[in-house]
Amino acid sequence: MKIVSKLAAAAALCAAAAAHAQGGAPVKVGFMLPYTGTYAALGNMIENGFRLYVQEQGGKLGGREVQFVKVDDESEPSKATDNVNKLIKRDTVDVLVGTVHSGVALAMAKAAKESGTLLIIPNAGADAITGPMCGNNIVRSSFSNWQPGYAMGVVAAQRGHKRVMTITWNYAAGAESVKGFTEGLEKGGGKVAKDLTLPFPNVEFQALLTEIAAQKPDAVYAFFAGGGAVKFVKDYAAAGLNKTIPLYGPGFLTDGTLEAQGSSAQGLLTTLHYADNLDTPRNNAFRKSFALAYKQNADVYAVQGYDAAQLLGAGLAAAKGDLSKKDVIGAAMRKATVDSPRGKFTISPAGNPVQDIYLREAKGLNNEFKSVVVKALSDPARGCKM
Amino acid sequence: MDLATFLVQCLNAVQYGLLLFLVASGLTLIFGIMGVINLAHGSFYMLGAYLAFALAPYFGDHFGTMLLAGVMLSALFGFVLEWVFFSFLYQREHLQQVLMTYALILVFEELRSMLVGNDVHGVPTPSWLAGSFALGELMSYPWYRLFASAACIALAAGLYAVVNRTRLGMMIRAGASNREMVRSLGIDIQLLYRIVFAGGVALAALAGMIAAPMSSVYPGMGGSVLIICFVVVVIGGIGSITGALVASLLVGFVDTFGKVFFAELSGIGVYLLMAIVLVWRPEGLMRGRA
Repeated sequence: MKIVSKLAAAAALCAAAAAHAQGGAPVKVGFMLPYTGTYAALGNMIENGFRLYVQEQGGKLGGREVQFVKVDDESEPSKATDNVNKLIKRDTVDVLVGTVHSGVALAMAKAAKESGTLLIIPNAGADAITGPMCGNNIVRSSFSNWQPGYAMGVVAAQRGHKRVMTITWNYAAGAESVKGFTEGLEKGGGKVAKDLTLPFPNVEFQALLTEIAAQKPDAVYAFFAGGGAVKFVKDYAAAGLNKTIPLYGPGFLTDGTLEAQGSSAQGLLTTLHYADNLDTPRNNAFRKSFALAYKQNADVYAVQGYDAAQLLGAGLAAAKGDLSKKDVIGAAMRKATVDSPRGKFTISPAGNPVQDIYLREAKGLNNEFKSVVVKALSDPARGCKM
Repeated sequence: MDLATFLVQCLNAVQYGLLLFLVASGLTLIFGIMGVINLAHGSFYMLGAYLAFALAPYFGDHFGTMLLAGVMLSALFGFVLEWVFFSFLYQREHLQQVLMTYALILVFEELRSMLVGNDVHGVPTPSWLAGSFALGELMSYPWYRLFASAACIALAAGLYAVVNRTRLGMMIRAGASNREMVRSLGIDIQLLYRIVFAGGVALAALAGMIAAPMSSVYPGMGGSVLIICFVVVVIGGIGSITGALVASLLVGFVDTFGKVFFAELSGIGVYLLMAIVLVWRPEGLMRGRA
């Protein structure tokens, strides 16, 4: 009996050694995403997108099997450090993927910097992640808040708006978006007359709408998301301002909210790195296989998850699957050209996508592609010292 | 700021204040009369908004009928809730009340997520209230907002009449000041509390239903309302309906004009107001008066 079990153990060891020769132990990818709460749907979309790409590559990236571990971050910054340490220390993941909420992502970036773990951010737009917090082991597959804002500033200037007012919640993402917008607008010769803010997540807009009507600017730039975006767009239309003062915003103003906004959002122009009906073979193929695999339509979050996997694939391929070569992986991800459903993009030295930003128009339940505003727009990456 | 803009801002302030009053009056009733700290009150507001979302397709333009149906449903819900949960809490410490009502928030949020999902949904404005009238050069004001204000004023008047002019109101006021005495006079205090609680839930739900076409329905919408309502209740004096009305309007004005004149500080404006009132009158503006 003893001999039999020893033999079995030896056989198992041989098998393991053989597997090692074929590419080693699996790469452990740790998803730290929201699986409960307001952003739960986004977390699932990102994970599905990521898994789809791995599946298309036959379950392997850089020649190695991929294994997944999951932690629900609850979009809760106060739990972020504990959660990310669970993945790094308890589960000893090789790569962190996450997350949606910027506050949580900043804590992840800090932990990744300290431990040297690879981190790919599939959504959170905080400028600081690829600014002062940047590192060779950190890349982002989505956007920085500055990018869509800047592009909309360019559009507003092109459309001849000289005096513009901005309105947003008094928090980091809003301020970053407005800063981008202001830069784009001023470059085109326009000026921001006044920045209006209200505390997050206050949705009593009436006082500020009255202020806009009193000041009569040429246009208004608004950064809101979710329930706030729905209410703002509806209130803006109900106050009759949409007839005389055009409203602009980054894509978040109308993404996933068009049904609730109804007729008040129709015709709204927004800027983002993706549009629902991008008619390219790459995007069509992606949307088809995503719908086939998950019985639901892909969205911008699915794209960002999918591209996070592409980035990791490019890095691992360059290092021939050797995860100890972090420098090689980091450098390779920055050299890669990602063939994304959104269009091809590259990664800046600071780790942020250098990508085309599109102007979209809300029609029915889609944000339809209108034109390319800025080709290969790069985030200024202020404060990044590599 | 010219006179016209100033007047429009005053209208905004009154309108916001009145809506706050509707939610806060239920909270102050439950808090003041039953002595229960009800953190789940914001959830009842959310419940009302989602009720409006669920009922709107069946009632179409019969908005008044829908409000009535919603109020009855939520009052019934409040009645049962008091029976099953809150009736066990009166003799307990405030900490235990806080724990249980907080647990209810989590339960309601999760139920909402399971039943309706996490998307934002719009609620249609009834077509007979859909238009707007011009106000100033550029701006127009939706009829619906005016309707909401009028409904709130009517309710405030009704509430005042019930509390001050009816037998039920007398019992409620007596129960608030001396529970034991009321009981020894042969009044069923248990039933009285159940009615007050059901009424409080119905008021919050009604506020949610009225607000729904303006604000849409979305996850976590009860949370921000709850905080501002506690501010209103504390400023007005716990248990005072008149105090809640005065405090709601005050908060409406401070919030509206704070946003316009002190944008950077507007987040703390109402809390500053609360602090000043508490220093000046620690009991709130109208504590001990109905």
